[in-house]
Amino acid sequence: MGWALAALLAVTGSGGIPGSIDTKAMAQAAPRPVAPAATPAAPGNRFVVVLDAAHGGDDTGGHLNGQSESAFTLAMEVRLRSVLGARGIQVVTTRESDAAVDQVKRAELANHASAQVCLSLHGSESGAGVHLYVSNLAPVQPARFAPWKTAQAAWVTRSLALAGTLNSALLQAGMTVTLGRTPLPGVDSMTCPAVAVELAPERGPDKKVTADLDDQGYQARVAGALAAALVEWRGEAPQP
Amino acid sequence: MIPRYQTVLFVVLLVASAAMGVALWQLRERAHQRLLSSQDSTPTQAPEVAPAEPATIYVANDTDGSLLAQVQQLPLPKDPGARARAVLGKLLDLYAAPDAGHPVPGGATSIAQVFLLPAENLDGATGKEESGGVNSAAQSAADPKQSGPELAVVNLTGAFVAGHPSGIETETLTVMSICGTLHATLPRVTEVRFLVDGQPRATLAGHADLTRIYLATEAMPTEGVR
Repeated sequence: MGWALAALLAVTGSGGIPGSIDTKAMAQAAPRPVAPAATPAAPGNRFVVVLDAAHGGDDTGGHLNGQSESAFTLAMEVRLRSVLGARGIQVVTTRESDAAVDQVKRAELANHASAQVCLSLHGSESGAGVHLYVSNLAPVQPARFAPWKTAQAAWVTRSLALAGTLNSALLQAGMTVTLGRTPLPGVDSMTCPAVAVELAPERGPDKKVTADLDDQGYQARVAGALAAALVEWRGEAPQP
Repeated sequence: MIPRYQTVLFVVLLVASAAMGVALWQLRERAHQRLLSSQDSTPTQAPEVAPAEPATIYVANDTDGSLLAQVQQLPLPKDPGARARAVLGKLLDLYAAPDAGHPVPGGATSIAQVFLLPAENLDGATGKEESGGVNSAAQSAADPKQSGPELAVVNLTGAFVAGHPSGIETETLTVMSICGTLHATLPRVTEVRFLVDGQPRATLAGHADLTRIYLATEAMPTEGVR
């Protein structure tokens, strides 16, 4: 539907799925720090991707076909990290267990990593395909000091370009993609090209679900398409 | 042996009590009849029904993440707050329908209240907030001739929020459609704020930020009106 449709809420003011692949097993296989580990800043010439599995801890997010959104996003993060690692891309994660991480801490981790890409991973039973959301902050010129809550404003243009690259790769993989802009707490404070990626069930023309969120093949296709997009982005990513 | 005078006295008192009981019963019946006769239930004046008029409602669709403007014929009250509540009620009724493109349970009863306040007084732009901002805001809201931009405070019910599907897209579409519909119905509404059961709330269902004030004017989709 395009940018124009989903766009545009500007703001003011202050402002294991049974039988699936095993999101639980994947989560258990991951390292289990109680709190997110501090990540050293990456060297400037390295390509770093921050993966932010949304929710966690008491904040379970939505309920996805019997699974919590926090467990799903963690499983997708682990899967995507594995795919990106195989392509030689350094990955920094905001959480690697079912731990509560507030939005400020997530943004701090992303900003310290000096990443070239920040992806906030979400899941939803509503809609179809992959929803790509970019902060709706108005673009500004980069400055030495940026307001914390609107730090993303200097990166919005790059975030939109990143969303375009992700969109192309997902479409090429045969996915349904919805693009939009909205206030994104947490992402609005990130100083990197940042996109919220929300995965919804794949639906046919009759709106019937053809691949649910616990479909391993579907997850793998999405992860593969995102990885392909990031490899392409790595080759063309200038800094603001 | 009971003296004779006591027996006579007892009989007299008994008769007097019975007579008083009968008298009280009759008085009660007369009062009841008088009460019923004073309630004239005969319809002498037809109830006022506002004439139906076109109202633009922005309806969300989860499949493509779009907002589509629909013109509905609705009987709308003249009071702006009641008018806003009526159109939002219709919007949420559409979402609660079985075949809705943006299914959200709850319906019209999910809108507890809609308050309209002058927008400039709340952000301190005119400096009136310290000099009785609430009172002046209430007076301006009640004044139909007030022509400045307004902030709509939409008070949602807790049941609606608890039943809302979770997700960035679906929550954003709900917020956008409410903002767009309010602005289409009441063009003076330029900002929208949300409360849940009268209290501020962090998110709608885990994603859409409800602590912010949304600009209704920028929530308008580019689709044509159907």
